[in-house]
Amino acid sequence: MNDALGSVQSALVIGGSSDIGVATARALAGRGCRRIVLAGRDPDAMRARLPSIHDAGAAETDVVPFDALDTDSHESFVEDVFGRHHDFDVVLVAFGVLGDQAKAESDGAAAVHVAMVNYVGAMSVMVAAAKALRRQGHGVLVVLSSVAGERARRSNFVYGSSKAGIDAFAQGLADSMVGTGARVMVVRPGFVKSKMTEGEEPAPLATTPEAVAEAIVGGLGSGATTVWVPSKMRWVMSALRHLPRPVFRRLPI
Amino acid sequence: MPTDADLASVPPEGTDPEVRPSPDAANAGAGTRPTGLGAPRAGGGQHLPPPGGDDVLLNGWGRTAPTRARRHVPLSADEVGAIVDAADRRGVIARGLGRSYGDAAQNAGGLVIDTDALSGVLDSDLDPTRGRGSISVAAGTSLDELMHWLVPRGWFVPVTPGTRFVTVGGAIAADIHGKNHHAEGSFCEHVTSMTLRTGDGETRILTPSGSPEEFWATAGGLGLTGVVLDATFDLIPLETAFLTVDAERAADLDDLMARMVDGDERYRYSVAWIDCLATGRSLGRGVLTRGDHAKLSDLPFQRRPQARSFKPASLFSVPGTAPPGLVNPLTVRAFNEVWFRKAPRRRRGHIESIPWFFHPLDGILDWNRLYGPRGFLQYQFVVPTAAGETVRHVIEKLSRAGTASFLGVIKRFRPGNPGPLSFPTEGWTLALDIPIGRPGLGPLLDDLDDLVVEAGGRIYLAKDSRLRPELMAAMYPRLDDWREVRSKLDPAGVFRSDLSRRLGL
Repeated sequence: MNDALGSVQSALVIGGSSDIGVATARALAGRGCRRIVLAGRDPDAMRARLPSIHDAGAAETDVVPFDALDTDSHESFVEDVFGRHHDFDVVLVAFGVLGDQAKAESDGAAAVHVAMVNYVGAMSVMVAAAKALRRQGHGVLVVLSSVAGERARRSNFVYGSSKAGIDAFAQGLADSMVGTGARVMVVRPGFVKSKMTEGEEPAPLATTPEAVAEAIVGGLGSGATTVWVPSKMRWVMSALRHLPRPVFRRLPI
Repeated sequence: MPTDADLASVPPEGTDPEVRPSPDAANAGAGTRPTGLGAPRAGGGQHLPPPGGDDVLLNGWGRTAPTRARRHVPLSADEVGAIVDAADRRGVIARGLGRSYGDAAQNAGGLVIDTDALSGVLDSDLDPTRGRGSISVAAGTSLDELMHWLVPRGWFVPVTPGTRFVTVGGAIAADIHGKNHHAEGSFCEHVTSMTLRTGDGETRILTPSGSPEEFWATAGGLGLTGVVLDATFDLIPLETAFLTVDAERAADLDDLMARMVDGDERYRYSVAWIDCLATGRSLGRGVLTRGDHAKLSDLPFQRRPQARSFKPASLFSVPGTAPPGLVNPLTVRAFNEVWFRKAPRRRRGHIESIPWFFHPLDGILDWNRLYGPRGFLQYQFVVPTAAGETVRHVIEKLSRAGTASFLGVIKRFRPGNPGPLSFPTEGWTLALDIPIGRPGLGPLLDDLDDLVVEAGGRIYLAKDSRLRPELMAAMYPRLDDWREVRSKLDPAGVFRSDLSRRLGL
């Protein structure tokens, strides 16, 4: 159960080998979260990250297979993992692909892949997870969106549009869950230096998986519905959102 | 103020129109519709939800960590039984008036039995010539209702906490204590019998001598051994609805503790308010108030005709729109300063009403809203008498962190009872209301927990909303004894609450 100060005791991290997923698991473990389950495509990669989560304080850890593209399996995946581990105070949806923007602009299949993972896959597993959280009457569904979803940019609109989709879905889902005891928190990081962005040129206000993890922990404590990382990104995006298109298009971002 | 009309409404002893013994007193259970319904409740006028229950968000008095449960409002013991039997793996827990600060009376995704309709007096034995009385009531009866019935007749509950708005069932589940703990112990020490609906389908009558294990596992057992249906307990006779109160200021913690050690035994009731923001030489300064029920001859002549009139007034209600941040170090410092300065250096024999002396905060309905939307928590611990220094360390740490706390309350406990989860043990107890929101509050309280454990003390579970489960066994060394009795009474583990999940009980 989460306590009066928003500390949690159990977490399911979907996208369990992602840098943000692992950093969040570690940050939660350091604050009393004792049961952490990582779910993802590559069990070996996740197992390799378990010792650091253990060392941070989680007494009980587990690894379960999950494939974002296999949407037919999502409901049974959620039922199984909740059945085996009982309640989760937090379900973090942390998987995603950046894709190759240039390739996706000419190769429909590459664009579809980005949308299938970031939008369709995330939406599918969130439907199942929301159902489980509603049933248990408490818990927070945390989803990794992105500032890229806030306004489509010339340089990464394929990725950005997939995040815009899941962000909109999560906001609606959050409203639908009011009164159920469970809630949804949307996390919108800026550029995060991680495996996913390796080789990319860091954008202004670039952040780290650890900073995103801290922001998530903070949002769980304060009951936030939306978390920006870094927090000033909220005001930056608020300004950028209102720039005229021709100006926005010419910005070096 | 009492009027002559109040006097007229007080029936003479013995010809009581409201408190009637039930026809078969020996088998009195909540199954019979109680006879004494009618006293108004704070925020009354609630509609009863449908028999199938309704989905509600529930939280404790601190308004933190709400969760959703299906709430049922049973009208009889049979209905309680049916709900308990219908519980699935999400379990069931009883809930009275929701005055536990934390998550003891909520059950995410499961069932909650609201005892609102299980209220009223089932039997009474009030014999003023012997000076002893006893009453049997349904578990949902509140101490407020009881006082409205009892005080005009010259009787009082054996123990009252700082609010009247608790039920008898809740009083047992938390084994509540009051200002008379140093003299008369906790609530369950005055209970002579209770009826418990357990998870194995049985309805048991528990007494301290006939079934000590089950009785004491239920005393302070947080509702996890079953649903209390009714209880019989002893009453205190009183001549008036007033108390004679001695008040004195203490300059610092040592002074305060010395005064308490020195004089508590002369008083039935004793408590001290402590200014947790005072630092340096005045660290732990406070106001000690002690008293006993006033005799008729203690009252001024003009008050004697209405001596037992009990008409607590509500001054106002805090609106639901109270903004966050009202309770902050500035406002609390100002409040504490005024409170301390306005207290007399020393005053003897002041006459105070029951509500003013015992339940000052009940005069402000929904005062918990003062803490704003994020709510607050209450931190209450007890440490052995020899570990008085721990109290100082805790106050120092809080004071240094600038954590605002209205009304820190300090009191001495006498030795506890056999209840493995009953909170009171001999020593000093300190209770603090702390608003949620200050960064670093969690780790700070974790540090305080460690100090408390080191000193051989414990946290009051009925008020807890954030304890680390790994400290449970150190604080409650007989936890395993309790678990054993509980698994006998509830082999399938149907009684669950958010607190039991959080602490792994």
